[in-house]
Parts: sequence; structure tokens; C-alpha cells
Amino acid sequence: MSAVTERPAAAPARPVSPFGEAWRMFRSNRPALFGLVLLGAIVAAVGYGTLFHPADPYEIVWAPLAAPGEAEGVPLGTDYIGRDILAGLLKGGGPTLAVGAAAALITVAIGITVGALAGFFGGWIDNLLMRLTEFFQVLPALLFAMVLVTLFSPSLTTIAVAIGVVSWPQTARLTRAEFLRIRELEYVTAARAVGARNGRIIGRVILPNALPPLIVSATLTVGVAILFEAGLSFLGLGDPNTMSWGLMIGANRAYILEAWWPVTFPGLAIFLTVLAVSLVGDGLNDAFNPKLRQR
Amino acid sequence: MLFVLKRLLFGLALLVGVVVLNFLLIRLAPGDAAAVIAGEMGGASEEILARIRSEYGLDKPILVQLGIYLADVLRGDLGQSYYFNQPVTALIAARIGPTILLVLTAQLFAIGLGVFMGVLAARRPQGWLSATVAVLSTVGYAAPVFWTGIMLTILFASMLPLFPVEGMVSARFDGNAFDYALDVAHHLVLPALTLGIIFLAQYARLSRAAMIEVLGADYVRTARAKGVRERSVVFKHALRNAVLPILTVAGLQFGNLISGALLVETVFNWPGMGRLAFESILRRDYPLLLGVLFFSALMVIVANLLTDLSYRLADPRIDQEGRRA
Repeated sequence: MSAVTERPAAAPARPVSPFGEAWRMFRSNRPALFGLVLLGAIVAAVGYGTLFHPADPYEIVWAPLAAPGEAEGVPLGTDYIGRDILAGLLKGGGPTLAVGAAAALITVAIGITVGALAGFFGGWIDNLLMRLTEFFQVLPALLFAMVLVTLFSPSLTTIAVAIGVVSWPQTARLTRAEFLRIRELEYVTAARAVGARNGRIIGRVILPNALPPLIVSATLTVGVAILFEAGLSFLGLGDPNTMSWGLMIGANRAYILEAWWPVTFPGLAIFLTVLAVSLVGDGLNDAFNPKLRQR
Repeated sequence: MLFVLKRLLFGLALLVGVVVLNFLLIRLAPGDAAAVIAGEMGGASEEILARIRSEYGLDKPILVQLGIYLADVLRGDLGQSYYFNQPVTALIAARIGPTILLVLTAQLFAIGLGVFMGVLAARRPQGWLSATVAVLSTVGYAAPVFWTGIMLTILFASMLPLFPVEGMVSARFDGNAFDYALDVAHHLVLPALTLGIIFLAQYARLSRAAMIEVLGADYVRTARAKGVRERSVVFKHALRNAVLPILTVAGLQFGNLISGALLVETVFNWPGMGRLAFESILRRDYPLLLGVLFFSALMVIVANLLTDLSYRLADPRIDQEGRRA
């Protein structure tokens, strides 16, 4: 309401798209902007950091467990066999972020498909798909992912698919709720009346209007997926040939009482990444639902 | 009664689903199913492989195999761990207690403290406690639980040796039952704290939102106008009506709690099912791993049933079909 009154009366009323409006809200949200900047910085560091610190994360560069600053050129110290931790962070971020993003995409793809079909068709299809969703919710997600990765040999692809397969139910429920709401609206009836087919109504009429909450949920899913990947790598279920943040924590775990740094820095990296992603997600949520902001 | 029966039957159906899933997973895995069951690490002898083939009927049609498997599970036989050389059910029976203890303690801690913080924060929606809850819920969510556990271990092992950081019972333990319980409780503090922290902030945030809504309701104003004491207004009139969303989330969290317990048990060497799952992965002990999956799902199903039942206790207006009247 205030947005309308603030606008000078003389200015021509320019139609604002919901996304443009959301971006204006997002921009004025400090934590969300901070999250976005932090996320950008992390992605940049992971993408281009090796230009400034061109060390091999697998190479033994110093004595084991050298403290940060103790050795020249190894600012964050070395791990239990003397490898450069900063190099590991820069190299290990790529797979972590990639698996997180890929797993989130798979999660959202499955979740939207199941939720859209259930919400749009209703009846026995809805019933069947929702029972299936409840079935997947009964399986503790991390454990189920562990089983899948163990049975089908750990690789980045398997891990991303496993995380996707175990975490779609929430997205499905959300999509279904949105579809149930929107399919009763007048413009859907109008689309039906002009003879649009089901596929078109689902994909071109309802889905675009259901997008805002789904975008928020997808963003938060990226954070969950990163935590999952870290958990799996920590348990030794990551791709054994790929450096990753979770793997660094798991590998150095036995030495925590002698050296805090090999586990602290990768953990901080995961923490900051997930924090950034969820700040952005919360910001998007506020931007798309201005009414909730007062809470 | 009908509702309870319906939920019970659905729970059973879900459980059968888990069994079928376990069966399919073993068969879909690459490689010889008998070798998968025996565990790839050991390089099982031909004798053992032959025994597994006849035991599981691996030469018979797949539906017959499924029948055999279902009948076995019904008899409480989830297969044999060829690494530990013991039945899977016996191994899990020894480990399920500590996991339930850990999960329930963490859940109670998170709900208790979380709801208390949420209720206090709701009384001043813009106050410092509200801000703390908001920050805590974002931060608590973003920190990987196993890393939090490791950080606490570093803190308490060297700098602040108040609580043991490993195991469930002291190594040189010889006391009576009471001392034993105390010793376990002492060991439980850090694992339960680590696991509870993630959920604590979620409950605080949720109950804060629910309470803000309820505190604005007419009956709360009426209660205040009647001169009911503020503490009684907040904790009796309002909180009772805000409890439903909290219950719902608490029920949904059980799966996540068990997932989290898996990591926490590994960090603190807590002798539960999660630790067992970790060990079975190291040894490619699939029957054991799938057994843990089965029992974890069973725990979630039971928790969901209890949540459904507690709904009606919390709100008698919910009718037979589980809808709000």
C-alpha cells in the first residue's frame, strides 16, 4: 500500500511485473543482500581463487598439521598428511556447489512433476501420488541417500541423484497445494473454455503463477542439498577421487584434538555457503509475500 | 476408533512398502545379488554364496523371491550380517535403545526450550529475543550438524572438560543402576545438545509465529479483560491454541532427527543405530544397512501414529477423518 502512495501522482502508472516488484523488495532487504553478496564471493573464490593461490590440494607441501601461518604460503595450515588446506577449500568447493545445485534441480524437477500431476488431476491420481509422497517421507532422507550411494557406487552423479530422490516430497506437497488453489481460479476456467489442453494448462497457465513459492523452496533446497553432500562426504560416501569440504572434515576428524584448523575451515565454508543461500531464500520469501514481513 | 484403525493399517502398508523397497534395492544393485548380500569387502567364499542363493531362493522367479523375503521379515528375520556373523535383528536390537534415547532427549530439549523462547519472543515481536530467535534459526539451520558436534568436542575435550565427548558409558564403570543412569545422562549431554540445536531454533521460530497470531485473538483479549493473570493468559489460554502447528512439525521432524542422529552418533561414538549404519557402510554389509533403514522407517511410522493420536488430545474438535470440525 505504501508503495502506491509514495509514487508521485503525476508519474505515468507503469505496470510492474511481480518479479520487478519482488526485486525492489529484495533490494531493500539487508540480510538478503548480504546473503547474495556472500554467495557471489564464495562462487567467485571457488571459481577463480586458484588464480591467486595456485596450489595443488593433493600435494604434500609441508609437515602434517602445521598451524595457520606457521608455514610460508600456506595461510590456513596443513592437514593430517601435510596438504594445503586453503588449496583444498578452493578445489573442494566446486564439487560441493555443483552437487548442491544439481541435486536441487533434480529435487525440484521430481517434486514439481509429482505435485503438479496430483494437484491438477486430483482423484485417484492425487491419492496415489500423495501416498507415494508419504512413503518417501517415512524414510529418513540421509540414511536412504546413504543406502543408494553405497549400493550404486559413489560418484558425483550418483550423489546428486540420490539426494534428489530422497528430498523431493516437500516440493511436491508445496506444488500440489499451489495447484489445488490456482486450478479453481477464473483464468484457468477461461483457458479451459478456449480449448487449451491439460498439458498446456499445467505448464503455461498454472505453473508460472505457482512459481514464486517454488522459487523460494528451490533456493532453500540448494542449502539442504549442500548439507546432504557434506554429510555423505563426511561419512566417507563422497566420490573418493574428488576433494570436497565434507571429505576434508571426515578425513581430519581423528586429529581434532591436536589441530582444530583442518576441520574448522571446511566447516566454516559449508556454514557460510548454506547461510548465504538461506538468507537469499528468506529474502525471496519476504519479497514474494510482502504480507508476511510484518511478522 | 475407526480413524486409529485406518492410520494403523496405512502404517502397516507403509512398512510393507519399505520391505519391498529393500528387496528391490538389493536386486537393482549392480553385480551378483548373492555377492551383494554377503558384502563385497570380504570376498565371500563359494560356500557362503551357495548358502545365500538357496536361502534367498535367488535361482527362483523374482516374485517367489519376494514371497520368501516377505515371509522371512514376518518371522522377524531380516537376514544375516556376514561381517558380524549374527542375525541383523539381534545386532539392531542391541543398538536401537541408545538411538531412541538420543533422539527423544534431543527432541524434548528442542521443543521445551524452543517453545519457551518462542512464547517469550512473541510477547515482544520486535524485541531482542525475537531478533535472537530469527538469527539463531538461520544460523542453526546452516551449520552442518556433524561439524557443530566436532566443534563442541574440541571445546569440551580440551578447554572445558565438563562433559565426556565419546561413548555412552565410562570405560571403567562399576556402580549401581542409579550411577549407571547418571553416567549415561552425563555422556548424553553433548550429543543431545548437538542434535537438538538444529531443531531448537525452528521450534522457537514456529511457536513465536503461532503465538503472535493467537495472542491477537478475541478470547485472549477477553481473558485479559476478565483480569486473568498474564502468565496464565500466555501459557494457558494462548499456548494451548498454538500447540497444533508445533505438534505437526514435531511429528514431521522425526525422520530428520534420525538422519541427524546418524551423523551425531558417528561424531560422538554413541553406540546407536546410526553408528551401526556407518560401520555397515564401511564393510559393505548390505543386509545390516537395509535393516537399519527398515527399523528407522518403523520408528518414523510409529512417531507419526503417535502424532496423529496426540492431535485429538490436543484439539478435540478434530473429527473422525482428521479434519478440523
